Amino acid sequence: MTLLELRDVSKVYGTGPAQTHALDTVSLSVEAGSMVAVMGPSGSGKSTLLTIAGSLEDPTDGEVFVDGAALSGMSRAQRAQLRRRFIGFVFQDYNLLPGLTAAENVALPLELDGTAVRKARIAGMAALDELDLADRADHFPDELSGGERQRVAIARAMVGQHRLLLADEPSGALDSVNAESVMRLIHTACKRGMAAVVVTHDAQLASWADRVVFLRDGRVADQTRPTPGPETLLTPGPGR
Amino acid sequence: MSVRHALLALLTEGPKYGLQLREEFVARTGEVWPLNVGQVYTTLQRLERDGLVESDDAAEPGPQKGFRITTDGEQELSGWLRTPPDLTSPPRDELVIKVLVALRVPGTNVHEVIQVHRRYLVELMQQWTRLKEDEADFDLGLALVVDAELFRLDSVIRWLDAADGRLKRAAAEPATPDPAATPRIRLKVGVRR
Repeated sequence: MTLLELRDVSKVYGTGPAQTHALDTVSLSVEAGSMVAVMGPSGSGKSTLLTIAGSLEDPTDGEVFVDGAALSGMSRAQRAQLRRRFIGFVFQDYNLLPGLTAAENVALPLELDGTAVRKARIAGMAALDELDLADRADHFPDELSGGERQRVAIARAMVGQHRLLLADEPSGALDSVNAESVMRLIHTACKRGMAAVVVTHDAQLASWADRVVFLRDGRVADQTRPTPGPETLLTPGPGR
Repeated sequence: MSVRHALLALLTEGPKYGLQLREEFVARTGEVWPLNVGQVYTTLQRLERDGLVESDDAAEPGPQKGFRITTDGEQELSGWLRTPPDLTSPPRDELVIKVLVALRVPGTNVHEVIQVHRRYLVELMQQWTRLKEDEADFDLGLALVVDAELFRLDSVIRWLDAADGRLKRAAAEPATPDPAATPRIRLKVGVRR
């Protein structure tokens, strides 16, 4: 089942000589259960792709479908509801609200969507528990380590009925061991049926994905092919 | 890869037989470095000749012959662990040469050449990462080996990214070389194997 589809999406900023093509007829589909990484140099359009996929920005041309529904046919309120119910965002700087505990931060998207506070908190605790953060539930963000904050942010992105996870350099500020655990969590969430698009410039992190898409000058320049199982690494053969 | 020093390291834990050394070597290196038992015995004979290990004199050569490390062997191992490998001169890197050659071949898009290699390297990294995901939680040695391989491949991708960016910039702003002002540095490329 395709949870996200970008069909010939273009995004142009500015007009006249100052015009910039951030994205140029990009097509991409992400199935449930699949983690896609998007790599590319600065200015290649990675972040624009993510904000358009998350309905935070409109494309100049083309169409975005989330869970089969075209975003262009939705009102602002419908899109906001879609984001709260269906899409989880993870950013490099965590974006946790400092005045709320870990549990309150995770439950927030559900509460904003009208879920009863008690029910939202139960769902939030379940998400924290999945990421081994149950004992941190009552801590405020400034009482957590960087790795823990990002795991709380991932719990918030996975809470409730969220099916699509969009992450922009989710482990940017973390050391390599914490960065790895963030990618491992996202990959595990995908194996359980979510779909994820992770923007990163780091090949080690991108290599957690099932498919890596390379952007260049706003276009999809290339993508990885399905790889054979890791057992082939242990058998020296041609090309190794 | 120094089999010699790996065997010395295993013997610091106590006396061992040749076959046991082979099995432990393979297990501790995450099973990515196969080693045949003949190599183990040849290496042990040389270590004994050099006074770095001792064997049970009475025992016949073969699986029942035990070996232990000597004081000289311990010193040799300690020195080797702290001796950096020779990384001073640039290695003869086939990928670097391919990119340099691509620049000179008319009609070749060097960015496309770079991307072919970048994709291949990322695909290899995906395989290593799957191995880490599946197995490395249970095998610390394997996790360390996989990390080393991922960092090595990552550094090659970073070089490709840097080359890609540098070539793009050079195409946008062609440099005007002043041969008199820029003395050429002669690199001893290819000195090291």
